[in-house]
Amino acid sequence: MQITEKKGENSLILEVSGQVDTVTAPELQTSILTAFQKTANVYLDLSDVAYMSSAGLRALLIGQKTAASKGGKLIIKGVQDPVMQVFNMSGFSKVLTIE
Amino acid sequence: MKELNLTASDDTLYTVLDEVRGMLESAGATEKQIIPITIAVEEIFVNIAHYAYGGKPGEAIVEMDIVQDPRAIKLVFKDRGIPYNPLAKEDPDITLSAEKRGIGGLGIFMVKNTMDHVEYEYSDGQNILSMDKAF
Repeated sequence: MQITEKKGENSLILEVSGQVDTVTAPELQTSILTAFQKTANVYLDLSDVAYMSSAGLRALLIGQKTAASKGGKLIIKGVQDPVMQVFNMSGFSKVLTIE
Repeated sequence: MKELNLTASDDTLYTVLDEVRGMLESAGATEKQIIPITIAVEEIFVNIAHYAYGGKPGEAIVEMDIVQDPRAIKLVFKDRGIPYNPLAKEDPDITLSAEKRGIGGLGIFMVKNTMDHVEYEYSDGQNILSMDKAF
């Protein structure tokens, strides 16, 4: 998994590529939390992610809770079908802000 | 039938996932079919790695096989850790808001929803979890 941080308008964009699993999810979580230390709005671009296990969901949930506590937003973009399946199955499609 | 005998840990996760993926690819499964099955394998294997031996490394056996009519993958996970039936855990409430949401039990819930059959038994000092899915 690779994460690239880019600057957006009053926000940061994290472009994720590869597999979000037990091994890589802690790095995603750290990146999300670090981004929220710099800005209130974080975009997570998952265009290049086809695999996400519950470890990835945990990172997103912590990100979502952090956003709420800061009055900001975690916005998920570019969700691919297999990941949307995981979001739907877990009820996360209703919990997350997905564009 | 293929059998992997390894130390259950995050370090050996990719060995297991690669073997399952390879077997499914050889049998003609599509990417759309392979991804949910490998996620289910991760959830079960990581559960063993993190909890079966109280957080310490321990032995796990993963058996995998492709059967026909209907074409399906059969997987069996065995460990000699603490007796624990993950299927007995109550399903998480997936309708809760983010604030109220916990993450516990979500992995097993996804396994139950993905695979066609999932069974657990404790036999001969072993946790044995079997699951299969047609593809």
